[in-house]
Amino acid sequence: MTATLISGVSVELNAEGFFEKPEQWVPEIADELARQEGIAVLTDRHWQVIRFMRQEYFSRGSGPTVRTLGKASGVSVKELYELFPHGPAKVAARIAGIPKPRGCI
Amino acid sequence: MSDPIQKVSIIVSKGSLDGVYPALIMANGARAEGIEANLFFTFFGLDVIHVGRNEHIKISTVGNPGLHMPTMLGGIPGVSSLTTHMMERKMEHLDIPSIPEFIEMISDTGAGLYACKASVDLFGLTQSDLVPQVQGIITVGEFYEKAAGGQIIFT
Repeated sequence: MTATLISGVSVELNAEGFFEKPEQWVPEIADELARQEGIAVLTDRHWQVIRFMRQEYFSRGSGPTVRTLGKASGVSVKELYELFPHGPAKVAARIAGIPKPRGCI
Repeated sequence: MSDPIQKVSIIVSKGSLDGVYPALIMANGARAEGIEANLFFTFFGLDVIHVGRNEHIKISTVGNPGLHMPTMLGGIPGVSSLTTHMMERKMEHLDIPSIPEFIEMISDTGAGLYACKASVDLFGLTQSDLVPQVQGIITVGEFYEKAAGGQIIFT
């Protein structure tokens, strides 16, 4: 666990780059987190996924898998992979400041 | 830390439910991790991408000691269907997609789906017998070209 400065905000990340403390996340740092994931601009569609990730995490205690995202976020599986080509649930979790979602499907 | 896996090509040669799901879960899971993935369906694995047949993939109840069911019982007509039905209900409860739905989802993740030419010829099939997500009927040589630089998993 290391404390890292993202857009001037100090956050604690684990070795894989996921937030240890989701409450340290603020929307203002999402752009910088996205750039680190190779996403130059966050669109409204990205934000729809990011908001859903946080909502699921805080209501269920864990982030959604790609299957859940595809069924419930309002963004299809196909579009999810267009928005986050390196793995939607994993990359969106890093940008949304929540731990890595666990699940096999 | 070891180098992360960048690409996997998974061969599906079985046509039973228990023979098919692990490959589909691995391919889907690879894409979720940002790993490039290909699925290559050969022999009875072709049933997974066969229109009409992929809705009826069953658990093998004969010669399957993992089921803890006497082989004689497993061979009685209807037992395989019943066992499959029970397993499917459990899977639905866990939100595991059915095979046709899973194939559609895996295709949407950007994974490549291919049919083995030798097997397609052997069973007398054509592209029109296969689900639209199949990107091509390819030879073993073409499979190796697509698999180049990655890991190959045989199931």
